[in-house]
Amino acid sequence: MSDNSSSATTKISTYLMMIVLIVLALSIVALMLSVNAFIAGNEMVAGYLLVIGFIAMGLSVYVMLQSRRRASSMKIEAPKVMTTIECKKCNFKSVREFQRGDFVFKDLDPCQKCNDKMIITAIYKEVKEKEKTYGV
Amino acid sequence: MFTAMEVLPNLFGGGGGDSISNILSILFYVVFIVFLFYGQRIQMYVMIREVEGSLHKLRYIKEEGRKITIETIKEIGKPQTDPSDRVDRYLEYFTIAPQSMDPAGIVYKLDHILDMRDTRLKDEVKIMAPASDEVQINNLENTLEAAMALNFIYKVVRHYYIQGKKTLSLYVIMQLQMILPLVMKEAEAYASALKAFADGQPIGDGAGPLVAAKLMHGYETRKVPKDCVVATVPIEGRTAFIIKAEGPGGNVGKPGDAVKAVIDENKGKISSVIMIDAGLKLEGETVGEVAEGIGAAIGGPGVDQFKIEEAVVKYQIPLNAVIVKEDIGDAVSPMRKEIADSADKVIERMKNVILERTKEGDKIIIVGVGNTIGIGQ
Repeated sequence: MSDNSSSATTKISTYLMMIVLIVLALSIVALMLSVNAFIAGNEMVAGYLLVIGFIAMGLSVYVMLQSRRRASSMKIEAPKVMTTIECKKCNFKSVREFQRGDFVFKDLDPCQKCNDKMIITAIYKEVKEKEKTYGV
Repeated sequence: MFTAMEVLPNLFGGGGGDSISNILSILFYVVFIVFLFYGQRIQMYVMIREVEGSLHKLRYIKEEGRKITIETIKEIGKPQTDPSDRVDRYLEYFTIAPQSMDPAGIVYKLDHILDMRDTRLKDEVKIMAPASDEVQINNLENTLEAAMALNFIYKVVRHYYIQGKKTLSLYVIMQLQMILPLVMKEAEAYASALKAFADGQPIGDGAGPLVAAKLMHGYETRKVPKDCVVATVPIEGRTAFIIKAEGPGGNVGKPGDAVKAVIDENKGKISSVIMIDAGLKLEGETVGEVAEGIGAAIGGPGVDQFKIEEAVVKYQIPLNAVIVKEDIGDAVSPMRKEIADSADKVIERMKNVILERTKEGDKIIIVGVGNTIGIGQ
């Protein structure tokens, strides 16, 4: 069940693929015609066909890459969650990655400095990207 | 259009370019006619494709959610048999809201139905994961509820997608396409929540319980109905009854019952009730911003809000609220640093409220509302 769904989500749809391939084929034809026109001495037509050919080819490759990227971006990303541990007596503080079983105000091993008990004071995830303000 | 058709072919010049200009002219006519008659249909197909893409993503998220849930149950609960079938059955559970034609007494009917649902789901989790303790059962229940929400979102979107495709109605598809960004945001939030619940990490909704836990830490606590704890803490010369759901398992408790019990214990002699909760922020507002107001700061189906309002009205107790702003994604995903850091700001703000609104020697109630997953006391 799970395998079926992941294959369905990662593949590019045949409809889109067909359009992309047609545009790609037309762009190749345009490039070939451009070469013919250039040999025939019609440089202006050759130039235009060359531009059309390259634009069409660029667009089809871009769409194909975008679709692949969209398919690969379909992941549930687990954010990095950190645990802050503090000693209330000597204020020694350390931050480590979250481990299953951690919770805020959980008593941990004694402090390395003063041997008093240490507790978890915070568990949080760091969000790197800043929110866009949209100029307002 | 016509100008373009005349000008563009001419760009290729005369002589050898004639055949190309003819082809282009015909092409422009064809495109014009096609768009004239089939424009709306093409627009609909574009929308259908967009919805289809989102539906694929929703299915992926839903399946991942199911997979994570089953793996967590196997890891924590050590079941003798494969829990997949039971999980699939759980994901299809539904709750029927009470009849509201005669609304008198509906709150208590809803309360009863929610209690039954909670008991039933907990029993199911106990069968699925026999080796888990009370905290893990709560976490697994929350994990399953997140998976259930993802399953439901996927099914509803699929329903409208198929209906739109069947009827080829632009308006069915358009409505779905318009709300899709919000639906996807919610689904992604639930996917994130699912992982947090599976690991027992605090979530953004735990802002209220975090503040309450900071206030009551080091003081003796006792249980109050239902699934809540209360501690008596001296603050600024006042006696504060700090209430929160019992942690660190995923649990919101029933603050309505807890507040009512504490008010009744003190025969209504309470100077103020202060509620701390996570509040939805508007776009443009900062995550972790603290705001203050009046009223019962509590979400959910409304049963607890009703009970708290009823209790404070009975004794004419002022009801204050302090909220930590965050969006729906932050509320159900692992707690952001900004939210964790805002706990101290909330305490400061709350102390101001206490100093301004109550007198020395008064009794007050402070309620940390929200899911206390990953937060002890």
